[in-house]
Amino acid sequence: MMFIPHSDAERDEMLASIGIKSMDDLFEAIPKKYRFPKINLHEGMTEIEASAQLKEIAEADLSVEDVSCFMGAGAYHHYIPAAIDNLISRGEFYTAYTPYQPEISQGTLQGIFEYQSLIARLTGMEAANASHYDGATACAEAGILAYHQYRGKRKKILVSPGLHPHYAAVMRTYLENFEGVHVEIPEFKSLDSVTPQNLADLIDEDTAMVMVQYPDFFGQLFDYSEFAETVHSKGALFCMSVNPIALGLLKTPGAMGADIVVGEGQPLGIPLSLGGPYLGLFAAKKDLIRKVSGRIVGETVDNRGQKAYVLTLTAREQHIRREKATSNICSNQGLNALTAAIYLSLLGKEGLQDVARLCYDKAHYAAEIINKIPGFQVINSTPFFHEFVVACPEPVSEINEHLLHHGILGGFDLSRMIPSLQNVMLIAVTELNSKESIDDLCRILSGEDNDEES
Amino acid sequence: MMKNREEKTIFEISSEGRKGFRFPKSDVQSAEIPDELLRENLPMPELSEIDVVRHYTHLSSLNYSVDAGFYPLGSCTMKYNPKICEKAARFSGFSQLHPLQPVETVQGALLILYEMQEMLQEISGFRACSLTPAAGAHGEFSGVKMIAAYHQQRKNSHRKTMLIPDSAHGTNPASSVMCGFRVQPVNTNERGNIDLSSLAAFCNDELAGIMITNPNTLGLFDENLVEAIDMVHQAGGLVYGDGANMNALMGIAKPAELGFDVMHFNLHKTFATPHGGGGPGAGAVCCTERLRDYLPGPIAGVIEPASDEMPPLYGWKTPERSIGQIGSFWGHFDVIVKAYIYCLMLGRDGLKRVAEFATLNANYLMHALKADYPLPYDRICMHEFVLDVKWPDAPDIRALDVAKRLMDYDFHPPTNYFPLIVHEALMIEPTETESKQTLDQFIDAMRKIAKEAHEQPDLLHDAPVNTPFGRMDEVKAAKDLKIAE
Ligand SMILES: Cc1ncc(COP(=O)(O)O)c(C=O)c1O
Repeated sequence: MMFIPHSDAERDEMLASIGIKSMDDLFEAIPKKYRFPKINLHEGMTEIEASAQLKEIAEADLSVEDVSCFMGAGAYHHYIPAAIDNLISRGEFYTAYTPYQPEISQGTLQGIFEYQSLIARLTGMEAANASHYDGATACAEAGILAYHQYRGKRKKILVSPGLHPHYAAVMRTYLENFEGVHVEIPEFKSLDSVTPQNLADLIDEDTAMVMVQYPDFFGQLFDYSEFAETVHSKGALFCMSVNPIALGLLKTPGAMGADIVVGEGQPLGIPLSLGGPYLGLFAAKKDLIRKVSGRIVGETVDNRGQKAYVLTLTAREQHIRREKATSNICSNQGLNALTAAIYLSLLGKEGLQDVARLCYDKAHYAAEIINKIPGFQVINSTPFFHEFVVACPEPVSEINEHLLHHGILGGFDLSRMIPSLQNVMLIAVTELNSKESIDDLCRILSGEDNDEES
Repeated sequence: MMKNREEKTIFEISSEGRKGFRFPKSDVQSAEIPDELLRENLPMPELSEIDVVRHYTHLSSLNYSVDAGFYPLGSCTMKYNPKICEKAARFSGFSQLHPLQPVETVQGALLILYEMQEMLQEISGFRACSLTPAAGAHGEFSGVKMIAAYHQQRKNSHRKTMLIPDSAHGTNPASSVMCGFRVQPVNTNERGNIDLSSLAAFCNDELAGIMITNPNTLGLFDENLVEAIDMVHQAGGLVYGDGANMNALMGIAKPAELGFDVMHFNLHKTFATPHGGGGPGAGAVCCTERLRDYLPGPIAGVIEPASDEMPPLYGWKTPERSIGQIGSFWGHFDVIVKAYIYCLMLGRDGLKRVAEFATLNANYLMHALKADYPLPYDRICMHEFVLDVKWPDAPDIRALDVAKRLMDYDFHPPTNYFPLIVHEALMIEPTETESKQTLDQFIDAMRKIAKEAHEQPDLLHDAPVNTPFGRMDEVKAAKDLKIAE
């Protein structure tokens, strides 16, 4: 039987040693009425059959590798160096559990320690945890931290309308049941109004935390240094949700005065996989570390005098503190954190700058020429990173359908998340978009395709 | 003198000017970036590809893993992770899908999600399922929040008490608090069941519900289960099932038929997806008809039924009164694909055999070990059991010592110090994928250790010695806190 090694003889020998006659005798504690229900499933398959079936199912999907992809909005198509999958496919890494036994888990522990170090360095913060589920839950966990920091006395979590709408929604879901807390998100009016200045006016003495995204959902970049001072002058915490690739070039949240940095780590070598599993980045100033949720690895020594690593500050966590824990998180994104660490190590200083620069330059090239197409207009008026907003002459869904016929996965239709943004597309460009593919996109958008279809 | 197994960090092996990966030259003009937006320095390591590969290969050799040996970690279901699942999940048609692609271009993926929902419903007896939770605890949060939403909708917000047996996992109380509940522990009786008189005291109109792990964390099927569930229902409460231990129940009993209202599965336990050194897992949540409108969304569903010529069109649906979105996108698709293949391969009979052999293996071990180790709850167990390492004639030996000594015999230790109601707990879960030979070797090691504990206790106190690293200075780690370099 599949994955169960026992022969019938061995089974019988084991039953005899326990002192029972049949497998059914193992389950006498279960009320008869409920025991051995019928399960209406198919019969099992061999590996050959299952593999063929999965291949067929996969072929019904359109892989972004087979198109030219301009879709981002929180998940980005980057190149994943071959060494990564090779390393994380080592059974020693992926078939291990959470490193509760440090003597035989130093591979995982040192890997996470290095991940924490890399994320701290990348964000310009002093400390990082071992991961949260994804960008959205990392935002929510930051909100919970802020709630605890003020012992529930400050009730407002102020969120920029430039935060990914899904992240904002998840913050609402998570914080809803905390006594009196409200997540305040100014309504989106126009792109011009999504600025730090407009948000600053809403900070008051009841504000526990202010949350912005950098670059924001619409690609916009602001220097938040002054804004951070305003937030701090009101006594609140300042949290930034970041795109880690952008930090290859851009001023760090640490340098701008952020207290907490969260973000989606998917761009760091993690496949798109229809949205998950991704990687929730979480970094903070050192004096907040005892309030941070999730696992944290620290350096120590073993009894042979070797430098080593352990899970530390565990008195924050659910397995010790139960209802008083900082969060309920247990399993996290261990292997994806390792992936991000390997990605950052491979690219290193220069590679990370290069990929950020390629994204930036290609996005700006694309914006420039799209803006010249009659009927299309780039509406970002401030600097942006690798994503920008385009007003289109027709519904985005129609344009995208047309693009798809030409092997192009168009930008994100913003009306799907922000209904007032009809005919507006969010376009993302990465190092994988060649000049040629950008030119193709523009050619088709401008209707220069005398196409054979439709 | 033992070999030093310390590994330098990636920062220590960094060498200026090295590159591990090259990007093509830019084919567009360089654009200007405002100076004030540029970072000052980028303190990343500089390594070649071989540096990186060797570094992580060395690190991997310091880990114990299921692929290397027996990993009887109770409550974690460290079964074998089939390799075909890894391979198929990497097919480009699964791994390279953008979460916001038009649904017409991800019909294969949606089919998998839809069928996985259906299979989990069939296995558990529930009527609806959402695959969005990222892990078990995330599923708990979702399910308990659904209970909160249910009461709120009925204007029963005064129902604020969530009952949690004292044997429960720490995530249960932590999840309840995040959903606004007050946690009330319920006692476990001497047979390892929920103490019904302790339960009765809290069955009043403040009761929101109870979180029950079944089989419980002692590895026992609760003999009072049906009655306890009934009492909670009578008092107007709902029953949450922590499905971490579903490996013992597939084809043996359906939680919905036993009376549970909502439950999470840990796909990374029951359905053989790897634990990845701490994650990612996946924590599907399933529920009865009356809670289905509250499920976290979106959920894969048929948006256009099949016609004569066309298969059905799958898409996303968000339940009417959904507790809302709980993650960036739609859940851990890559993990779900692996669980799906596992289900396909095992099928109806295979899944039942999983539960049977997991239970057989646990009872075989328990029976063999109880002569040498105190067994606090001595009755037929399900997929795991708990020993209490308290020998009157070896008083300074603790569960921790036995755990550490097991490493010297090349086994991963069982879970220790959980559940909390067994003070020197060693929680042993062999899983169905281990052979009788492996179990016999483990029994042999455990017996030797019991003997050592009485005759040469220092062998246990000093253990492990045959491992790359020895016992850690945990106090130093917290006191001289260094969590980044
Ligand atoms: C009984 C029980 N409940 C809940 C959980 C939490 O699951 P996860 O780690 O997937 O969040 C665990 C995990 O160890 C568990 O053993």
